[in-house]
Amino acid sequence: MSLEFSAAARSKIEALCARYPTKQPVVMAALHLAQKEHGHLSDDALRLVAKTLDLPYAHVYGVATFYTMYRREPGGVTTIRMCTNISCMLRRGYEVLAAFESQLGLKKGESNKKFTLVEEECIAACANAPCAVVGTKYFLDITPDQVPKIIAELEGSPSPESEVV
Amino acid sequence: MPADRSFTSVKLVTQRFGNEKARTLAGYEATGGYGSLRKALAMRPEDITAEVKASNLRGRGGAGFATGVKWGFVPKDAKQVHLVCNADESEPGTCKDRELMYWDPHLLIEGMIMSAHALRAVHNYIYIRGEMMREYVVLQKAVDEAYARGYLGKNILGTGIECQLTVHRGAGAYICGEETALLNSLEGERGQPRLKPPFPAVKGLFGNPTIVNNVETLMNVPLILDKGAAWFAELGMGRSGGTRMLCVSGHVEKPGVFELPMGITTRQLIDEVCGGVWKGRKVKAVIPGGVSMPPLDESELDVPIEFDALQTDERIKPVMVRPDKQFDLGGGRPLRTMAGSGGVVVLDDQADIPMAVWRIMKFFWHESCGQCTPCREGTGWLEKVSRRGRCSGFSPSSAPISRRSSGRIGPRDAHRFVRDVRARSFDLGARGVRPTNPAG
Repeated sequence: MSLEFSAAARSKIEALCARYPTKQPVVMAALHLAQKEHGHLSDDALRLVAKTLDLPYAHVYGVATFYTMYRREPGGVTTIRMCTNISCMLRRGYEVLAAFESQLGLKKGESNKKFTLVEEECIAACANAPCAVVGTKYFLDITPDQVPKIIAELEGSPSPESEVV
Repeated sequence: MPADRSFTSVKLVTQRFGNEKARTLAGYEATGGYGSLRKALAMRPEDITAEVKASNLRGRGGAGFATGVKWGFVPKDAKQVHLVCNADESEPGTCKDRELMYWDPHLLIEGMIMSAHALRAVHNYIYIRGEMMREYVVLQKAVDEAYARGYLGKNILGTGIECQLTVHRGAGAYICGEETALLNSLEGERGQPRLKPPFPAVKGLFGNPTIVNNVETLMNVPLILDKGAAWFAELGMGRSGGTRMLCVSGHVEKPGVFELPMGITTRQLIDEVCGGVWKGRKVKAVIPGGVSMPPLDESELDVPIEFDALQTDERIKPVMVRPDKQFDLGGGRPLRTMAGSGGVVVLDDQADIPMAVWRIMKFFWHESCGQCTPCREGTGWLEKVSRRGRCSGFSPSSAPISRRSSGRIGPRDAHRFVRDVRARSFDLGARGVRPTNPAG
């Protein structure tokens, strides 16, 4: 099945192409847009990006699989990126991650319709560890018993990463 | 550092923290923003570089290289030059650039316009980390505002100077904080480092001379040009001008992001700024500038957090330090660590060191870009060895394994910067600390 970009995405890509001497640098933004519009980066979505930017499919595949925020499989609406790196680990980050896992019924790296749970490497909010980033929202100084409240808040108002693109 | 210098007296890059309105163009201008831009654009580019050189501004991303000197490496006859802002803050323990961009995006833009003028750079980029979604929105909005007001574009403020600025969003890769990997990523490649030389200042983005500077570094430029190089140099210590953003995390009572006088010691930082080690405990180890930096132990806390001092330990014997070399002081004990990115992580005397060592190794293993075999395979082995250490204690035989694995990462390898931490962190674990959690 061949996929297409929306008109808005096409014009955004066109505008970005004018900011660089070649089209290749736009591949990262185009992949973000493809993920936003098609949910995940299927082979067809990669072909769409390759066709749009006149790039080899292999190049787009290489880029899409190198960076961790691109996903090749469908995921939840909201992605919870919970940090467990050193600063968070020192202040019970793993216990918070475990609380997310049991509350959501997901292991890290897994998804259901609403949520994807990711064990993230440092999200640069170490002074408020343990912390999680969910789209444009930050959850800071989390304790394990706050996790149900955070999930309830995100169920009420999801914060999908695709809003940012 | 004079004893009477107050920890809170100087606010340069954090002067607008807490002011929600300063994020908008109007709010920024109301607090003096863009006030000295016209003056800076009237200066000759060489004069701006000379001023920055004289100010002793040093790169705040981690290496501490003199900014003005770096700018001077751009060939004089270059046809096209680029300025790239490295906003890919991802060194664990470091959380200053994210805050700086969130509170004061226009200061970064103003700093980039001035610096780009000094470099005669027209097409400039901010490479922001993919996970910083809130900050990306803030920054993009600020750039749009600056374009609309004529601070960016073909003919800024009618001076005939052109400055284009594009925000380029990453997608999750620690290695893209390394400048040549960042440039590859900006070109739409996988973010893998390039061999140096050629250095980016000679052949960088799209094959043109390119200067890559950290967010905090660029934000200091408007203040230097406004108040003068001498004032800025005087604020600092030794060969490091200005203030320093320090992010304290881990086992202290009051963690936080602070703008502090250059040269504050680790002990002052912990006891006087952060309310001491939490729960009345003592310090076991401090990582002084992000996890790539070798840690300090309790006896080493009185050395200033400054680029030169941390490399040598001035109390023992003053030596000249080249930025690219760490000296052994002969009879004295060299510290051989670095001030790095300002991410100070404090571990108390009950901290599970084997667990911490393992977590750092796991990070490097996860983030290895896979280009060079010694790192791709070696970090995996270090993770395995340290996992074993975490579960059953470090044996004398584990240390040589770690040294062998990390020793294979040769100096010509593009990411040698992670080598030392592996050895040093591991030594800390091997030096003796039994696991506090035998079940692992």
